[in-house]
Amino acid sequence: MIEARGLSRTFMSGGRPLKVLQGVDLAIEARAFVAVVGPSGSGKTTLLGLLAGLDRPTTGKVLLDGRDLHALSEDQRARFRVNRIGFVFQTFHLLPTLTALENVLVPLELAGRDRLPDGASARERAADLLERVGLAGRATHYPVQLSGGERQRVALARAFANQPRILFADEPTGNLDAETGARVAALMEELNRDAGTTLVLVTHDLELAARAGCVIRLAAGRIE
Amino acid sequence: MAPFPLRMASREWRHALRRLGVYMASITVGVAALVALHSFRDDVVRSIQSENRALLGADARLSGNRPAPDSVQAVVDSLVALGADAARVTSLVSMALADESGRTRLVQVRGVEPGFPFYGEADTDPAGLWDELSALPDEATASDEPAASGDRPMALVDPSLLAQLDMEVGQGLRLGSVEFEVAGTVEGLPTDVGLQTAVGPRVFVAFRHLGTTGLLARGSLARHHVYLRLPAGVDPDEVEEAREDVLRATGTWMRTPEEQARSLTRSADFLADFLALVGLAALLLGGVGVGSAVAVYVRGKLDAVALLRCLGATRRQVFATYLLQAAAMGFLGSAVGVAGGLAAQRWLPLLIRDVLPVPVAASISPGSVAFGLLLGTWVAAVFALVPLLRVRRVAPLQALRHVAEAPSGADPARWGAVAAVAATVLALTLFEAPSPAAGLAFAAGLAAVAGVLWSVAWGLAWATRRFFPRQAAYAVRQGVANLFRPGNQTVAVTLALGFGVLVVGVIVQLQRNLVRELSFGQGPDGFNMLVFDVQPEQEDGVRALVEARAEGDATPVPVVTTRIASVKGRAVGDILADSAREDRPPRWVLRQEHRATYRPELKANETILAGEWWHGAVGAEDADSAAAPVRVSVEEELAEDLRVGVGDEIVWMVGGVEYASVVANVRDVDWAGFDANFLAVFEPGAMEDAPRTTVFPANMTREEERLAFQEELVRQYPNVSVLDLFTVRSTVEAILSRVVGAIRILAGLCTVAGLVVMAGSMASTRAQRRLEGALLRTLGARFRQIRWILLSEYAALGSLAALAGGVLSLAASWLLASGLFGISYRPATGAAAMLWLAVVGLVVVAGAVGGRGPARSGPLAVLREAE
Repeated sequence: MIEARGLSRTFMSGGRPLKVLQGVDLAIEARAFVAVVGPSGSGKTTLLGLLAGLDRPTTGKVLLDGRDLHALSEDQRARFRVNRIGFVFQTFHLLPTLTALENVLVPLELAGRDRLPDGASARERAADLLERVGLAGRATHYPVQLSGGERQRVALARAFANQPRILFADEPTGNLDAETGARVAALMEELNRDAGTTLVLVTHDLELAARAGCVIRLAAGRIE
Repeated sequence: MAPFPLRMASREWRHALRRLGVYMASITVGVAALVALHSFRDDVVRSIQSENRALLGADARLSGNRPAPDSVQAVVDSLVALGADAARVTSLVSMALADESGRTRLVQVRGVEPGFPFYGEADTDPAGLWDELSALPDEATASDEPAASGDRPMALVDPSLLAQLDMEVGQGLRLGSVEFEVAGTVEGLPTDVGLQTAVGPRVFVAFRHLGTTGLLARGSLARHHVYLRLPAGVDPDEVEEAREDVLRATGTWMRTPEEQARSLTRSADFLADFLALVGLAALLLGGVGVGSAVAVYVRGKLDAVALLRCLGATRRQVFATYLLQAAAMGFLGSAVGVAGGLAAQRWLPLLIRDVLPVPVAASISPGSVAFGLLLGTWVAAVFALVPLLRVRRVAPLQALRHVAEAPSGADPARWGAVAAVAATVLALTLFEAPSPAAGLAFAAGLAAVAGVLWSVAWGLAWATRRFFPRQAAYAVRQGVANLFRPGNQTVAVTLALGFGVLVVGVIVQLQRNLVRELSFGQGPDGFNMLVFDVQPEQEDGVRALVEARAEGDATPVPVVTTRIASVKGRAVGDILADSAREDRPPRWVLRQEHRATYRPELKANETILAGEWWHGAVGAEDADSAAAPVRVSVEEELAEDLRVGVGDEIVWMVGGVEYASVVANVRDVDWAGFDANFLAVFEPGAMEDAPRTTVFPANMTREEERLAFQEELVRQYPNVSVLDLFTVRSTVEAILSRVVGAIRILAGLCTVAGLVVMAGSMASTRAQRRLEGALLRTLGARFRQIRWILLSEYAALGSLAALAGGVLSLAASWLLASGLFGISYRPATGAAAMLWLAVVGLVVVAGAVGGRGPARSGPLAVLREAE
């Protein structure tokens, strides 16, 4: 379902080329749970960005369901993401000016879904997701009024709002204490299982990586 | 379902309001000024149009420099036969002598016939005296003389004259050879509008009494009017058209209520247009503020933009979200501005009522309201475009890694946005300015000022980095470093403050220079009084009086009243009738009387531009031949209007006799100052037999001397008038202060706008300052140190911005003084220094007050928020 062929990415840093990713080939099956691990600077986040269509590779291509992601325009890729991809970030990336509920609503509104196929409204769907992550009582709170674990749970609810086929998570527990991180990881797995999503996870947390069905190890921009 | 940008923009509204609200206040100031001025202009125009007949006092007015000749009187008689009413009013300037105090004053005398004004009411104190003033003997009282008491005819005067002459109602006032009794004051007369009373106080007498004063001697500066109330169905325009030949031949002008309204509206329009340019400057300043604030706002939003892009928002959706926010802010700022403008509109007429032609009632003008809302929203949106374009280039990858590559290549949309800003500025200045040329000049001036201030700001940032005060105290170093750190507001604050100081500085400098120009103790030739309207038989006596009291000899200046009969062989009537001629001289030049003189020497304030002066040659070239043309020197502008040059022939009419002349030279005259200047100067001997009056310049330094001289002169020669430089100066100062008061308030608005932009710049960097403050406090900084950092930054920024604005104001006022007003310029350095100090003080206080919050915020809460 996700296929990378000869993927490499070079950045210009201080006027010199910096090869972050070099000739990566991989294939990820639908509904798989894949963890990408490696030391800092090994190219994990760059790989995630390329697989999600957030960045263009210097060489190589990414195929999602057989479609070359980087043959699409910037806005076509945006439409692709809103319908098929969900994200969870290490630093949560909630919009600070919106409440928890409004943050969860954003992907639904971007997709133009005021009402879902099951008849529920976007707002009902967002409230339902918040309830599933245990934050029904925090819907009207702003991110600054939430704890780190609560913020990441709102981010999880947002990531699943459009029932994406793939969920990319970049160090989802990296900013959380061990206990909260474990709870968030369990919740992510549960949601993933229920929705049948493909989960691609970048992490330093070996315990979390061990829960994945497949582990990709990166070192110096290459798969080990 | 509402589009995503609309939903997102409305959700972020609270946050944007907090961040951008102060900046929007600078849009508010500009919109308020423009709405107030536009609504006020609408009010004035409407009031003038609804009162146009009262403003003229009649359905038509015939005016000339001499009593209506028979042919014009025949026209009046024919209209009266149709049922029209007619009333004559004659106006002239003359000396008035208060019998009891012995004080004298140059006044405007009006002799009025019963019926005038036919429309509108003259308001007197005590009430009802107006009808008594002009009533014919058999209508008013049983006696032949409708005098207030005794056998003195009555006069009504402006209230100000009583104070100026130190007299009271009931006392005597001498005009010419007649002593009048002041029976009361005229509080309002709709036909005398605006500043007319400021030029000289008015004295109203019955028309029939004016003739007995002896003031209507030949050569006196009298204006003769016939006011007409026409019967229903008679159109004044048709009358003018039908009798055009008679009117033209006799130099009679006809004015209708519509023409009067147009003329008054033009003046109000002109004033409003110039004031609107100041308001526009405040609005554009607000635009700069918006641009600057949005740049800071957008910088803080880049993560959110990247996230939205990550979640699938298109570039267009993200751009539209923030553009909508800026436009909504602009709309809100404008709405508040419209409300403020409507409040100011009610207050403006009170402020400048002395210069208004009519009492103005304020009413809401829907056009002005819509204009203000649209303009403010547009300016906010268009100035926000350039910084907002940045959100289009934010890569979604930035949500994952902060140091993503900057988008390469120039953004063509940026040029489009810059062009939109330039087009907006140009369109608005052209729309608001009184003429396209003024609009272009204003836009070019704005661009030049913005360029200079931007360069100063850039230079300041560069210089502080280059010559960083490494030895200074920590707080000073940190404050100075803030001037060039990333996200600094140096350019925005310098532009805003510099511009505000420039506008206020120009007004202050120009006012000081105009007043100084009028404040010199003597005229250029060493005199401070002009004695005029001296008849030939009075010359010796007046000369003796002048020489008895004045310093130096009295040199008489002959004044000949002329009219142009033909130019380059073409009779004036033919030239005027030739409507197809595009280069025809202006009608007024050909129709009106010109006062000319003859003398042997060129004066110090005159310069020959073409031809030669008649040095040494006295007398006509061929005095034996009456037909030989005399030589004339023509002032530059008159020569341009008449399309004549050296060698061209002009025939002048003086007292019914034609004088052929040839242009010997074209002359530039410096009109500034107090002097007897003339458009046409003939060679000596050429017109000595022509009817003339004489002017005597005189210099008397002591005030008592001047007062005694004037009293003596008026008692002996009642028809002779004196123009006293000190009276002129105080009159002009009074007029100037009234007009400048209104302009100053608007100029002050520019400074307010500048300070608001500065306050906005502080508000927009508040988050950054809070974080820095929290970090510094965590590291052990005291409140005082944090406040000193802010004070150092704002003192440096304020003093340089105010200095740049101050220097620009000196340059601009020099250009305006020498170019537009034609006066010599001397910088008012004391006033400039005071302005500089005041602005720096304001900036530092604003900085101290604005910095209190960031300095005092709890560090833990701030650091947690910043996570």
